[in-house]
Amino acid sequence: MSPDKIIVAIASILGVGFTYWFFLGKKEKEVQVSDAVDIIVDGGYTPEAISIAKGKTTKLNFIRRDPTACLEEVVLGDFKIRRQLPLNQKVTIELTPQRSGEFTYSCGMGMYHGKIIVTE
Amino acid sequence: MSQTKKTFSIKGMHCASCVLVLERSLKQVEGVMQATVNLATEKATVTYDPEKVTDKKLSSAVSNVGYQALITEEIKTEDDEQKEKQQELRSLRLRVVVSLALGGLILWGGFPGLMKTAPMILQSFWVQLLLATPVQFWAGFSFYRATISALKHRTANMDTLVAIGTTVAYAYSAVVTVLPQLVKSVGIEPMPYFDTGAIIIGLILLGRYFEAKAKAGTSEAIKKLIGLQAKTARVLRDGKEIDIPISEVMIGDIIRVRPGEKIPVDGVITDGESSIDESMITGESMPADKAKGDSVVGATMNKTGTFMFKATKVGSDTMLARIIKLVQEAQGSKAPIQRLADLVSSYFVPVVIMLAILTFAVWYIFGPAPTLLFALLNMVAVLIIACPCAMGLATPTAIMVGTGKGAEHGILIKDAESLEIAHKVKIIIFDKTGTLTEGEPKVTDVIAYGGFTEQDILRYEASLEVGSAHPLAKAIIEETELRKAMPLEPIEKFRSIVGHGISALIQGKSVFAGKEKLMTDNGVDIALAKGDMSRLTGEGKTLSLLAIDGKLAGIVAAADKVKSTAKMAVENLKKIGIESIMITGDNERTANAIAKQVGITRVLAEVLPEEKEAEVRKIQAEGKVVAMVGDGINDAPALAAADIGIAMGSGTDVAIEAADITLINKDLRSVVSAIVLSKKTMRTIKQNLFWAFGYNVVLIPVAMGALYPFFHLLLNPIFASIAMATSSISVVSNSLLLKRKSIV
Repeated sequence: MSPDKIIVAIASILGVGFTYWFFLGKKEKEVQVSDAVDIIVDGGYTPEAISIAKGKTTKLNFIRRDPTACLEEVVLGDFKIRRQLPLNQKVTIELTPQRSGEFTYSCGMGMYHGKIIVTE
Repeated sequence: MSQTKKTFSIKGMHCASCVLVLERSLKQVEGVMQATVNLATEKATVTYDPEKVTDKKLSSAVSNVGYQALITEEIKTEDDEQKEKQQELRSLRLRVVVSLALGGLILWGGFPGLMKTAPMILQSFWVQLLLATPVQFWAGFSFYRATISALKHRTANMDTLVAIGTTVAYAYSAVVTVLPQLVKSVGIEPMPYFDTGAIIIGLILLGRYFEAKAKAGTSEAIKKLIGLQAKTARVLRDGKEIDIPISEVMIGDIIRVRPGEKIPVDGVITDGESSIDESMITGESMPADKAKGDSVVGATMNKTGTFMFKATKVGSDTMLARIIKLVQEAQGSKAPIQRLADLVSSYFVPVVIMLAILTFAVWYIFGPAPTLLFALLNMVAVLIIACPCAMGLATPTAIMVGTGKGAEHGILIKDAESLEIAHKVKIIIFDKTGTLTEGEPKVTDVIAYGGFTEQDILRYEASLEVGSAHPLAKAIIEETELRKAMPLEPIEKFRSIVGHGISALIQGKSVFAGKEKLMTDNGVDIALAKGDMSRLTGEGKTLSLLAIDGKLAGIVAAADKVKSTAKMAVENLKKIGIESIMITGDNERTANAIAKQVGITRVLAEVLPEEKEAEVRKIQAEGKVVAMVGDGINDAPALAAADIGIAMGSGTDVAIEAADITLINKDLRSVVSAIVLSKKTMRTIKQNLFWAFGYNVVLIPVAMGALYPFFHLLLNPIFASIAMATSSISVVSNSLLLKRKSIV
């Protein structure tokens, strides 16, 4: 095998490894929320994972800064909420979770994900 | 003290609790006398002292609790949002036109078969670079923007794939143009691929344009429902009739409705009569005649007469507001079938990037010459053909159209899961009274024994039943009034024996009224009435036996009319392979007589209200998916126990809460429609998922070059972009087709 092919082989293995680590190996930082939290919608949700208390009403203020069409809706399927997020406007969603556990939410097309961890 | 009233829009409201929070916060502002917030119109009406209260104070009272007040309407209204959306679409269209036009010119000057016909200037690589650059970085800017934002979060999406794919094609072409010698030195004929990047961007943007237009159609039902609401109401205030905004209507207001006008809120007619078209809420096409005492529903259309009515429900409590909320919730919920698509789409893009890297490596190492070119083109094709959007859109778009279509026909579906389960139903249990029958029995026979007269029997029965909510009680009282057997006797020690009857002391005599079992349990000899009882029950009549001081005194028989739609509903269910069962507290003979009329062969008779739930569970134990149809009030536990609870009629809050599906129009044929709707929606979802998964599973390997060893066939990245652009449109369009499908 010629040296350039060896280089391409090694680079592609590294590339696959890097892609896996970069996209699938990340760990979300969980943010404890007591009453309200601003979630910035820009290429994803920041903070990405929030922890809220069971039975307590928490306000999630979504503020979309990213014009990508995919992000114009947020779907909290476990809470039966689908909301339009107009650009640069605060949209407040109130949650009073009755069950504890991990609930993911996503954009309208299911491409971007956020997580709500409900604790006892 | 002066007083001012102001109505303004509020952004961010979504539930009844928002109303309470906002009202409380507004009322806390010093100088505010009254504050009412309407969820359906998203408006607050505040009465206040203008010397103490400023717009700013009101605005901050609203924002303090997390909402936005549009007091000066500086912030975007719905119309502005609509305009903004239109503006976005126009900008998208411009980018599509420019990129396809420039891409077309590049294609003409660069595509092997075509280039000979093109003017020399277009064949220049430098001119092609000049034409491709605005397409790549102006029209394609949105792909880069989204990619950068996503990468910051260590996520990737379709834009990432498009951005990487087209950048690779553009960068390679730019190198070919600027440094042709370098490319030659590795044994490749310097030939740019500017057309690939430009046309891909144009086509994908074109796909997005159509997708955006189609997606707007999926949420049409909610917009239509919101649009149904009347804007103003003609209210009687201080002896004068004035037109006020609907958000200012209060419970107890007397409202005039003239012919051709919309009824503003829910209420009860106090004067006049009319024919009312309720089709927009119930889906029932025949107008309903209404007179004093009848209830009217907001947003329905008054046709012929003029009448006055008293508002009983306003704002978020009206039927329309509740329907909107229910449909919104259903559209926000997730169907279990979506889980797999969700799981796949969360890993999809990184996996495609890895596959693209591997494609490059395999073609470079093992492919034919020029290896670099094949490797690059196939890598671009893999990145461009993958379409996670189709998977993401497959289920929710169908659910949105399906639940919206249901609402238009008076079928309210609680959530996507209910819609999914409903298509598997094999057995439907119908409650008899009020569901299969009108629920308003009329007295047909009165028989007296032992020296009592028919008048006596009616009077005693009516005296006992006067406080009861039982449908039979109503019939007896009506008949007593009709036959002038009044006045009623005062009663003492009233006792209700659930499911069996009632007892009390009347003029010191112990009186029992109810079923045969109540009599035998209390040692009453009913031998004398056996013949009459057998005949009457055989005719499908419900009996109330009366015993005075331990002796049988008489029988009152009543019959309930079977609903005209019952037989057809049962027949149609049979046609789609669903067995119907009837459940009732009536004795077997009465039950069988009714069942025969509607064509039901399996009957569960003499089931006490509290036993219905257990009966539902017994049938579920047969291993089939069971739906229960009831009125939602007495049947709430049974509705909840069934796999699918279907509540008939506008009913109460209980009905909507306990039921998975609520049929507003009380038409039994809607049970069939609901099941058919569920089946058709699920079929659409399955088609969408099959297409979305199948598309990626088949075409990604093709783009990687899987067919090359056998047929020497490769996928041109331009064709990959056409396939990708059409895949998500086809999914959304397929969902929209549901609108045209018949469910009746």
